[in-house]
Amino acid sequence: MYIYDAIDQRLVDERVAQYRDQTRRFLAGELTEEEFKHLRLRNGLYIQRYAPMLRVAIPYGELASRQLRKLAHVARTYDRGYGHFSTRQNLQLNWPRLEDVPEILAELATVQMHAIQTSGNCVRNITTDHYAGIAPDEIVDPRIYCEILRQWSTFHPEFSYLPRKFKIAFNGAQMDRAAVRFHDIGLRAVRADDGAVGFRVLVGGGMGRTPILAPVIREFLPWQHLLTYVAAILRVYNRYGRRDNIWKARIKILVKDLTPERFRDEVEAEWVHLKDGPETLTIEELERVSTRFTQAAYERLPASDPGFEWQRQTNVAFARWVERNVAPHRMPGYAAVTLSLKKTGTPPGDATADQMDAVADLADRYSFGELRVTHEQNLLLPNVRQRDLYEVWGEARALGLATPNLGLLTNIISCPGGDFCSLANAKSIPVAEAIQRRFDDLDYLHDIGELDLNISGCMNSCGHHHAGHIGILGVDKQGAEFYQVSIGGNQGDDASIGKVIGPSVAQDEIPDVIEKLVKTYIERRDSEHERFIETVRRIGLEPFKEAIYGNPHQDSASSARQLAVA
Amino acid sequence: MATLIKIRQVVQDSWQLLEPTADGALPTILPQGDVIVPLALWQRDREKLLARGGRLGVWLQSSEGPEAIADDLAQFEVIAVSFPKFTDGRGYSTARLLRDRYGYRGEIRAIGDVQRDQLLYLSRCGFDAFSLKEGRDPQAALSAFSDFSEAYQGAVGQPLPLFRRRFANAPDGMEWS
Repeated sequence: MYIYDAIDQRLVDERVAQYRDQTRRFLAGELTEEEFKHLRLRNGLYIQRYAPMLRVAIPYGELASRQLRKLAHVARTYDRGYGHFSTRQNLQLNWPRLEDVPEILAELATVQMHAIQTSGNCVRNITTDHYAGIAPDEIVDPRIYCEILRQWSTFHPEFSYLPRKFKIAFNGAQMDRAAVRFHDIGLRAVRADDGAVGFRVLVGGGMGRTPILAPVIREFLPWQHLLTYVAAILRVYNRYGRRDNIWKARIKILVKDLTPERFRDEVEAEWVHLKDGPETLTIEELERVSTRFTQAAYERLPASDPGFEWQRQTNVAFARWVERNVAPHRMPGYAAVTLSLKKTGTPPGDATADQMDAVADLADRYSFGELRVTHEQNLLLPNVRQRDLYEVWGEARALGLATPNLGLLTNIISCPGGDFCSLANAKSIPVAEAIQRRFDDLDYLHDIGELDLNISGCMNSCGHHHAGHIGILGVDKQGAEFYQVSIGGNQGDDASIGKVIGPSVAQDEIPDVIEKLVKTYIERRDSEHERFIETVRRIGLEPFKEAIYGNPHQDSASSARQLAVA
Repeated sequence: MATLIKIRQVVQDSWQLLEPTADGALPTILPQGDVIVPLALWQRDREKLLARGGRLGVWLQSSEGPEAIADDLAQFEVIAVSFPKFTDGRGYSTARLLRDRYGYRGEIRAIGDVQRDQLLYLSRCGFDAFSLKEGRDPQAALSAFSDFSEAYQGAVGQPLPLFRRRFANAPDGMEWS
C-alpha cells in the first residue's frame, strides 16, 4: 500500500477545496450545466439515469482495510448502503446527492482517497495486475511505476483536455493479467539480456465501437524514460487526435489512421526533444516511491502446510474453492484469496456496506490489512497464510463471498447497465442473473471449465464484452432491448476480439443461447482439457452459429424464425 | 477598453484582436495601433504588416501549431492562442512548445472560451495573459492561480518535476516531507 507524504495529502486536500468551490458556484448559478459538467466529470461525478454516480479512484486496485471501512461508511451515510466495484478497479456509488459530494470527498481525503480524474478526457486511473507484488512470475513490481505515473498524470497541466479519455495499464509479470492490449497505452515489463528493466510499449488498443488490439510501438523502453516517452505519446495525441467526432476521438483511431509505423515516427520525433530532460526518472525516485509502500511482515513458512493439505483432501467443497479462488504467492506458505462478488442474485461487482466492513476485518486478521480490487470485479486478500485458508473460507462463505467460480462462466463481468447508466441501450444485471441461475449446478459449471462471459449494456464496453470468450452486448432495436452475442474474445497474452455470431436476440432468449453455445462446446471439445476459447479457435464460429440459428443451407427459415430474430 | 488578466493582475487591454469577417475573408485595410492578426493575414500581408506603425501580435486557431510561426517569433509581442471551446486542449501543447522548444519570451495570451478553472493549467503551460470569456469577472478568477500550492510535473516556469526538487533540497538523501 502506498502511503501519502505531506505533499500528496496537501494536493488531495486542495482538490477537495477546489471542488467544493466549483459545486458552490454551480449551485449559485455562476456556472452553467455544461461548464460544470466538465468540472464534475474530472472528479468522477456523472449525472445518471436516476441520480448522480460518483466514481472513487482505487489507484491500481490497491486498498487498505481502513479505506474500505471508509467506503462502507460513505455508502451507508451518503448512499443506499452498497457500492459497485468496476472493471477499472474503482468503486462506484450510485445514489449520492450532488450537494453532498464535496463532503464525501473530504471524508475520503482523510484516508488518502479521492475521485480525481476518474472520468473526463484526461488520464484515468492506471490499472494493473491484481497479483502485483505477490505473483510468482513477476519481473518487476508494477505498482511502483503505476504510482510514479499516477503522480505525474495527476493534474497534468498539458494533458487534462485530451480529445477523449485515456487509459493506461501496466503489467509486471510474465503473464499478462492487465489486458494491456485493450488500453490506450499498455506497458509490459521486460528484462533485457543484461538484466536492465524496461517496458514494451503498446499504443492504441481499446474496446468500444471500434475494438482494436494495441500494436507495439516500442519493443524496449528503459524505465528511466517512462515519463518522457508517455509525454511524447500524449503530446502527439493531444495535438493530432480527432476532436470533431466523439466516436473517432480515441488514440486508437489516430494510430490506425496514421498507421502504427507513422504514429511511432511522430512519437519518436517528439521524444527526441524530451528524452534525457528533467522528467527522466532517477534511481533515487524509484527507491523513494518503493519505500513508501508498506511491506507485509511475512513469516518464514514451509512451502506447504500439512493442515491445509489435509483439509483440501477431505473436504470437496473447500478443495473446489481452493482450486478456483486461491492463487499461488511468491512467498512460501502464503496464498492470494479472491472473495467473489459474483454470487447469483447479486449484481456482479456489488458489495454492501456490511460486506465491506466484514472484508476489511478479514484483511486485518488474515492479510496484513491489505486488499485488492480485481478488474474482474472481485476483491482479493493478497497475503493469506495457507494454514488460515480453511478459516477464511468459512468466514467468506458466511458473508456470501465464497462462490467458487473464478475463471468460470458465472464469474460474469458486467457493467451496471440500463438499471443505472444513462448511456446503456439495455440492462445487464438481469441478464447476468438469468445466466447465473441457468448454470447454478456447480458440478456442471466446473465440468464446463474456464469460460469468461462478459456483458456490456452498450458499445462503450464497460463490461469488456469484446474480451469475453462469450461476449454479450446490449443493443437498441427500435426502442426494444436486444442482445448481440459474440464468441472468441480473450484477454491476456493471446488477446483477441470476439466475433458476432449472428443477429441479436431478446433478453429472455439469452440463457438458451448460452446453453446452446456451451453444449456445442462440450460436444466438440477434443477433451475436457480443451477450454471453450481453444475449441472456438480450432473449429471456428460455424458450428456455434448453426447451434443457435440453424443450418443456413438446409432449413434456413424455420429455426432462425423461432428465435424471434430482430 | 477590455480587461485582461496579465501576470495575475487585472489590467486594461490595449490590443485589438483582428478577426476575419463572417465569411472568413481577411480585411483589406490594415488597422493602426496594437493589433493581433490571424495567422492567415500574417502569411498574406507580412511585409505590409511589418511596415505599419504600431505593435504586432498574431493569433493561432486551435488547429494551428507553433511550427507555422517558428521562424517569425521575433516579430510578435503577443501570440494569442484561441480556445473555440474550453474542452479543446490543443492550445496547452501550443504554448508549451512556444516556450520550451522555440524559446518565445513575449506574451502568450489565451482567448476564446477561457474561464476561471483553466487558468492554473494554462499558466503552467506558459500562458501569461488571459482574456476571459465575456461576462466573467476577472477579479474573482484570480484566486484560481492558487488552487494548488504544488505540482508533481515539471512545467513552464518550473521545469523540474517534484521528485527532482525533493532531492535537490536534500542532497544527502531522502527528504521525508
